[in-house]
Amino acid sequence: MKVTFPHLGSLSIALTGLFTDLGLEVIVPPPITKKAVNLGVLNAPEFACFPLKISLGNFIEALEAGADTLVMIGGTGPCRLGYYAQVQKEILRDLGYDFKMIILEPPQGQSRKLFNEIKTLCSNCSSLKVLQAIHTVWRKVKALDKLHARSLQIRARELECGETTAAYQQSLALISEAHTPQAVTVQLKKGMRLLNAVSRDQRKKVLRIGLVGEIYMLLEPYANLQLEKTLGEMGVEVERSAYLSDWIKEHLILNTLHLPSGVKTKMAAASYLNHFVGGHGRESVGDTVRYARRGYDGVIHILPFTCTPEIVAKSILPTVSREYGIPVLSISLDEQSGEAGFRTRLEAFIDLLAGVALTN
Amino acid sequence: MKITVGIPRALLYYHYYPAWEAFFRILGAEVVLSDETTKFILDTGVHAAVDEACLPVKLYLGHLANLRDKGVDFIFAPRVVSVEEKKYLCPKFLGLPEMAQFSVPDLPELLSVEINIHQQYKETISGLYKLAARFDRRPWKARQALQAAEKAQRYYEKKLQEGLTPFDVLSGREPEKIQGALKVAVLGHSYNIYDPFISLGIIEKLRAAGVEVITAEMLSTGEISDGADMLEKDIFWTFGHLLMGAGLHFLQQQGIMGVVLVAAFGCGPDSLTCELIERYYKRRRTIPVLLVTLDEHTGEAGLVTRLEAFIDMLRWRKAI
Repeated sequence: MKVTFPHLGSLSIALTGLFTDLGLEVIVPPPITKKAVNLGVLNAPEFACFPLKISLGNFIEALEAGADTLVMIGGTGPCRLGYYAQVQKEILRDLGYDFKMIILEPPQGQSRKLFNEIKTLCSNCSSLKVLQAIHTVWRKVKALDKLHARSLQIRARELECGETTAAYQQSLALISEAHTPQAVTVQLKKGMRLLNAVSRDQRKKVLRIGLVGEIYMLLEPYANLQLEKTLGEMGVEVERSAYLSDWIKEHLILNTLHLPSGVKTKMAAASYLNHFVGGHGRESVGDTVRYARRGYDGVIHILPFTCTPEIVAKSILPTVSREYGIPVLSISLDEQSGEAGFRTRLEAFIDLLAGVALTN
Repeated sequence: MKITVGIPRALLYYHYYPAWEAFFRILGAEVVLSDETTKFILDTGVHAAVDEACLPVKLYLGHLANLRDKGVDFIFAPRVVSVEEKKYLCPKFLGLPEMAQFSVPDLPELLSVEINIHQQYKETISGLYKLAARFDRRPWKARQALQAAEKAQRYYEKKLQEGLTPFDVLSGREPEKIQGALKVAVLGHSYNIYDPFISLGIIEKLRAAGVEVITAEMLSTGEISDGADMLEKDIFWTFGHLLMGAGLHFLQQQGIMGVVLVAAFGCGPDSLTCELIERYYKRRRTIPVLLVTLDEHTGEAGLVTRLEAFIDMLRWRKAI
């Protein structure tokens, strides 16, 4: 059995660790490139959202590289993500691939089911081993997110362009070497030290921008045209509103135990959108309000073209922006996006924020 | 003077209008419908909406503006989250009252009761009673209104299963039966295919060409779920389930000569369900499928040409 999964930011580090710890052979899809996107676009439905197309491209490339077991997440709607796996399965079958697809459905109150599904992947592992592997991967995901958040703060003040990115890449490599929860903690400390060692201008005045929007587009740097790196290198401190560990905590732990999640964000959104709209629509509104309250200079809202929950958010954000006096830039991206145009819009937005900051 | 409640002739109008009308009529309100779609209504909606919203939402906003201009006291704009167990409507219905409120200026008060059968059945019922109390404080009157709504809806659905389209029933224009006709199924969201303006009269055009049109609304729930049983995982959108179930039901049926799939550009659920329906039909190779995508730029001549070519092809197949 050769397992593969779609890319999502640094997810491949965590999942490769999980599956190899369980004694499975892993085939990581090649890093996302124009080729993966083209393969996805060619075979996916025309106006399906961008994440479906990219992950389909990942699967095709991984199958070509010899993978035979695809791991994908499911869902219960109303966001389209919940039906990706079924559609991708039919498309890949029509393309003539022979494979098995394991769809991890959100447990909805039965965490046992998810655990069993992971166990079906390796029939000869003991439950203890599975639990240990899950513990390690959870620590890894949290460590990866912490390193990422730190790199966003540091990049804005770096003296030499690119130094933070190099240190961040090294710290990721450190995490992938860890195979026990304790080792992850040790490696995280080393990684933090690497990042903190980047020489930077501590007194530099920087603009602060919050990123909100659909989680795939936020997490996957290829899909968002390296938005965070671009902004950081322009000297902007960025904070991302969503991380993979938050998503896991909300969907796999709190919802399973029927505990409330994201209460602060929901309360912040309440006077504009007091209802779940699928995906991250409500969170986009709530987080924008929270960034405004925390005195951020601006918010960038990012969504895949045709994403319905985010379109709901997009129709509400101009009002939030007006009432809180915080500039908001909504950008929808898909395979047609051009880097130069994107960069120009970012530069214009930052100039505007800098202008506002000067007059205040 | 009676209180006027405006109902936009868009989106769920095609599914639930008879029930809504009965509900407000019993409560003593006057129901005002927005005008039939015109270019002006659509343009108003397109200007009000964010550019990425799908065509039916843009049209809905246009109809809201039309009702505002008619000076109604309230507009009925429910938040319909779910109408059956374990299924949702598309996310746009979940945030529809907000999209309306923040996109169309100067609207009268929106009556946006939440309909959520799957998760909040009790709250839905009490919400409806609360809504009724705004028109008539007597609780028995509210009960009467709900019963009347249910009855009207049941009668409406019976009519549909007799082979009439929602447009036929709601406009009161019954089509003539066509003898020895070619049977073609038209599958698409009701708010796309029954609006004569945005669908460019696709059903009328097919009928004029001597085609007997069958739609998903004419099937019973049993037939729909039999069709959907072919899927490994049922679709969690109510209308997606309806279209998919109908599509797979027709695939196993004798007598349907062709299927016209109608999708709105940018429709999230359609992008996946239409893809799957097309794939299943292609694998069987028994029934031809035509996929028509609608948006505000659709040109009529192009559609006519495609329909004519499709019907000609079906006739040749029948002749062979």
